[in-house]
Amino acid sequence: MSDVVEKTLTALPSLLSLDSHPGSAKLSSTSKLGNLIRGITELTSKHEEEKLIQHELLAIKEQVSSPNTTMRQMKELMVRSIYCEMLGYEASFSYIHAIKLAQQGTVLEKRVGYLAVSLFLNESHELLLLLVNTVLKVGVGLHNIHHTMPKREFRIFDCRVLCSQDLQSTNLIEVCMALTVVSQMFPKDMIPAILPLVEEKLNHPKEIIRRKAVLALYKFYLIAPNQVQHIHNKFRKALCDKDPGVMTASLHIYLQMIQENPEAYKDLTPSFVTILKQVVGGKLPMDFNYHTVPAPWLQIQLLRILSLLGKNDQSTSEVMYEVLDESLQRAEMNHNITYAILYECVKCIYTIHPKSHLLEKAAKCIGNFVLSPKINLKYLGLKALTYVVQQDPKLALQHQMTIIECLDHPDLIIKRETLELLFRITNGQNVTVIVEKMLEFLCISEDDHTTIDLVGKVAELAEKYAPDNEWFIETMNTVFSLGGDMMQPDIPNSFLKLLSEGFDSVEEDRKLRLFAVNSYIPLLRGEPGKLPQRFLQVISWVLGEYSHLREDLEPAEVLSLLAKLLDMKNSSSETKSWVLMAMTKLCKGGADASVTQEVSETYSSSLDTVLRQRAHELQYLSQDPELRARVLPRGAKPETLEVDSSLSFLDRFVSEALAAGAAPYKPPHQWQEELDQSKALSLEPYGLSLPISMSSCSITDRQSPTLLSMSSGLSGDSADLSHKGGSSALKLDGIKRVWGREGYLAQREPVEEAAQVEVPSPIQSPGRQGEGDSLHSQTPTQTPTPEPEQEKQQLASSLFVGLASQSSVSLMGKSEPTPQRFRRKAKGQGLGSSFNANEQISSSLISPPSAVDNLLCNNLLDSNNSSELAEQTSQLSQSLTTANGTCHAEAELTESDTKGCNPALRRDNCVVAAGPGPHNDPGRLTEVCLDSYLPAELSGLSHSEIAPLCANQSLNLSACHVQKEDSLILVVFIMNSSESAIQQMLLQVDSEELEVSCLCNSLAGEVTSHSVAVGQYSLTVKRPAVHVEVVGTVSYQLPAGTSQSLQFSYKVPLTSFIRPFVVSTEEYGTMWLSFSHDTKQNLTLINDNQEPLTATLNALKKKLQLHVVEVIGMEGIVACRLLQDLPCLMHCRVNAGWLAVWLRSPVPDLPDCLIYHCQRALQSL
Amino acid sequence: MRFMLLFSRQGKLRLQKWYTATAERDKKKMVRELMQIVLARKPKMCSFLEWRDLKIVYKRYASLYFCCAIEEQDNELITLEVIHRFVELLDKYFGSVCELDIIFNFEKAYFILDEFLMGGEIQDTSKKSVLKAIEQADLLQEEDESPRSVLEEMGLA
Repeated sequence: MSDVVEKTLTALPSLLSLDSHPGSAKLSSTSKLGNLIRGITELTSKHEEEKLIQHELLAIKEQVSSPNTTMRQMKELMVRSIYCEMLGYEASFSYIHAIKLAQQGTVLEKRVGYLAVSLFLNESHELLLLLVNTVLKVGVGLHNIHHTMPKREFRIFDCRVLCSQDLQSTNLIEVCMALTVVSQMFPKDMIPAILPLVEEKLNHPKEIIRRKAVLALYKFYLIAPNQVQHIHNKFRKALCDKDPGVMTASLHIYLQMIQENPEAYKDLTPSFVTILKQVVGGKLPMDFNYHTVPAPWLQIQLLRILSLLGKNDQSTSEVMYEVLDESLQRAEMNHNITYAILYECVKCIYTIHPKSHLLEKAAKCIGNFVLSPKINLKYLGLKALTYVVQQDPKLALQHQMTIIECLDHPDLIIKRETLELLFRITNGQNVTVIVEKMLEFLCISEDDHTTIDLVGKVAELAEKYAPDNEWFIETMNTVFSLGGDMMQPDIPNSFLKLLSEGFDSVEEDRKLRLFAVNSYIPLLRGEPGKLPQRFLQVISWVLGEYSHLREDLEPAEVLSLLAKLLDMKNSSSETKSWVLMAMTKLCKGGADASVTQEVSETYSSSLDTVLRQRAHELQYLSQDPELRARVLPRGAKPETLEVDSSLSFLDRFVSEALAAGAAPYKPPHQWQEELDQSKALSLEPYGLSLPISMSSCSITDRQSPTLLSMSSGLSGDSADLSHKGGSSALKLDGIKRVWGREGYLAQREPVEEAAQVEVPSPIQSPGRQGEGDSLHSQTPTQTPTPEPEQEKQQLASSLFVGLASQSSVSLMGKSEPTPQRFRRKAKGQGLGSSFNANEQISSSLISPPSAVDNLLCNNLLDSNNSSELAEQTSQLSQSLTTANGTCHAEAELTESDTKGCNPALRRDNCVVAAGPGPHNDPGRLTEVCLDSYLPAELSGLSHSEIAPLCANQSLNLSACHVQKEDSLILVVFIMNSSESAIQQMLLQVDSEELEVSCLCNSLAGEVTSHSVAVGQYSLTVKRPAVHVEVVGTVSYQLPAGTSQSLQFSYKVPLTSFIRPFVVSTEEYGTMWLSFSHDTKQNLTLINDNQEPLTATLNALKKKLQLHVVEVIGMEGIVACRLLQDLPCLMHCRVNAGWLAVWLRSPVPDLPDCLIYHCQRALQSL
Repeated sequence: MRFMLLFSRQGKLRLQKWYTATAERDKKKMVRELMQIVLARKPKMCSFLEWRDLKIVYKRYASLYFCCAIEEQDNELITLEVIHRFVELLDKYFGSVCELDIIFNFEKAYFILDEFLMGGEIQDTSKKSVLKAIEQADLLQEEDESPRSVLEEMGLA
């Protein structure tokens, strides 16, 4: 047994059970739990078990709510409840008692209480309600406050009080327990309240506490990264901690942060390399060894970090070559743990900028893995091969026989991984064999996830490398039958697109389509009931479009086959509408009339509106061949469709309907929400609002009814729809148009791009290239082998054919040798890019673009102003792509001095809180002049910096806030930066936490070119939060008549709402007693020359506008309020070098928010 | 790590620890499915599985299966060692551990796990002396407190 284990174990007795020693652990089998467990094992049926447990639960319930139950008994009861829950029986009545136990028990009992809490509760909403119900029913023991609190706060309150109490405890064990539970189940929105306490623990003298605090912060980072943004420098301190355990813990956070933004942490590379060097060199204390390997967990973590840092970065990679080499050499012992390190090393070497001698060693390592008799290592070897095979295809060649063996491995997992590997090396020559293997596997696999994944891959390969039409259609048929209705919908979509668009040769197109028709007819004649719905839909469409290609086939027969599908019980209504559509295309009248007549009659009264519509279409069109020929021309090429996703053509209709008194449109989710709210429990006794549902609302939902004028309702609706344009476009098109270009180009393009990426990249050094060639020349000359071996050899040659040549070709940087069969026409691609441009435009509407983008857009719009919109978009797309290029270059230049503002970040980061960086220069320029637009009545008051909010091609939005005694005024500046006037401008502002009222709106509906409109809003606090946010929408109409909207958000710290509260000490005293919400915390004292208490209070007074009521000796009382009416009292006492602060307020959350700001204020000094 | 499960060869759950928020119903479903898959595997088979969007690493010790779900980019082999180390800890604590120990003292097994893993990540335990100091301090404190709670229990306090 290793030292480490020993060490942990010596500590365990104290941490676990102080009343029982390791040997006596078994004694407790005589306890009640023991009886229960033994009782269960004696049972024979599930039914008996159920009875016994229900009985047990009843007994527990009774005891638990009895006032005479001691905490010690409670502990035992909790253990039994946990056991029952583990068996799958609910013991929700005990949750509340678990909290109670954690609150009130002794250390030992607390531990069980915390364990139960962490096992019972999670953030899921259902449980929360359950919990509230339990409280209402049981209602014991807990403080009255709970009943006056909104339900969500209730549990959080408990946890928080619990944790903050224990976090502030002087008992190490209690602090440890609190940190453990905090890292497990802490709700996101309450992190700010607990954060200062956890942060504080980073400076704790004991490393165990520091370590746990770091891990808790890591967890917070995972849940809510922006909440812990401000403590990044403390993470650095943790990284430099003198205790290796704390340092190791901090690496979890770094791994996460580097994953998100490697650029920002490149400077740490040498430090990580040094740490790894020391670890590998055995410089850490022996305690950290695991089976004589120094700190393997730490090593692996560091290797992962290094691979992220060195990816696509030669200079950074060079720093780490040496240590990687050393790691490879040191990890030689034959033990799992060294293999784990080796595996990570190999991955790292292949991720960073390549270095030939390291690659050689890594390749050897992979070989060892693949050839290992241990199945786990073999699996990882295959995985590693899959990972590297694109860079180094010859490695797969080297191990081809092993790969063949793995393909027939009895363990499906190995087989599956081998297929993954083969997928990566597929080319035009081996595609048939590989796809065959994949389809074989699909037939035996039972796992849905695997099926969906593999089906997608087969479809991709088939489309890319199909050797001929027959093979393609047959393969796709298998894909559709095996993939069933689970597969990604884009597979049938792109298949049909391929058929309808065709290729460069008309004759080829005809053959492919005809072959598809030929293969489907027998399927329908057979047992179509067994085919998946998706496949039936594909078949219907193809028959509808192309069955005429087969001359010997009577349309009447096809019609009757299709009609048979309609009668099948398991046909979904979606399938039926596809079938009806196909029938509409086929029916010619005459002999077919009876079938179609019958069908359309059946479905014209269907409850399904889509089916009914199709049935009516069928009826009319079958009677009017001329009209049909016009509506559904045979063999028509799919034409480009302009989709007005904003549905602006409906505007007139909507405005008429609104004028006639119709209710404004509500999106389904808002609808649902209102429904939920009305269904939910009555909230009256709790007073305050429902934070959960509020936060899930989107911005557009909050159009306040008073602001909703006729025109705004209109443009608002259109804008709302345009947000969903991408997704709704497909559905809106109706069936025929599903295969119009717009629909799936959006889905196809990324796939194609991905495929291109997979082409092996020529990054090997010339030296290796030569080696690859020599190896390639060796492989064909295999020694003769016995028969079964020969079979394998044959398989190998068919599998790995083309690989060698492909590898050598790709090494020289050429494209693949075999041309892709189903290559799309160039025309299609051009359309694709213009569609992307459309996308970009709509996305820029949703997320406010950065200042740089916006500048470019302005220029573009200027030049294009008079031209038509369609033209505009295509031009825009071209210039946008070039513009993006310059954009990137600029970004790289400024990267070094503006940390973390890469282009991606800028795009959606328009929240003012981020602060105007250097890249916002254009915004700055406007600010100077915006000052003069500040309303005269506000000009005397202090206002915040005017910060740019967002912008698009026509508008520039900025805002600032002005502090008034009784309110905060938000001033929004809307600058029309375009050359033409903007009409029907409407600004709507709302907030979850704030009451917003419009003061004065200089927006007269029209804003002329290059002028500024100003909106003023008075803000008061509805519900305190650390930062409150205002969200708004500007909707307007361009001269061209299209309505658009722009959204923004603006963050205000709560401190802007705080005003001094002048009260006498007596008044303070009475108020203090009447306030129910409180929080306590220790803050740091300022120790300059003055007396610390006064100095600290003065600092707070200055920063937060508090009013110091009185200072009596070592105590001070301070008061403030949120604007006019919401007071908060603060009691401060100097205690052992800390300022013990106690805040009270009638408003929930206010004390917590305020303490957070106090802490920040003192830190920033 | 997303979660860790301990279950017996008979498919009885012995321990479960979830490191990401999961709804109760999903938990039950996942546990049931996963047990079925793992129990169906033969002894010589690979210890790693790809299941749903997770990677599963499992190992059997006597009649107990230890099963961890990890993220795509996590290292499978080191996860096997995490399991092994946990078993070592249990073994040392209970003195050659068997399934019964864990059944009857599952809360203690949870405590060991919590000391060993926090938030799904391993906590490197070392620094013998410091831990010893902590434990001694706590022992003293506990001794002070425990007589009182006994008195309380008897209704004398």
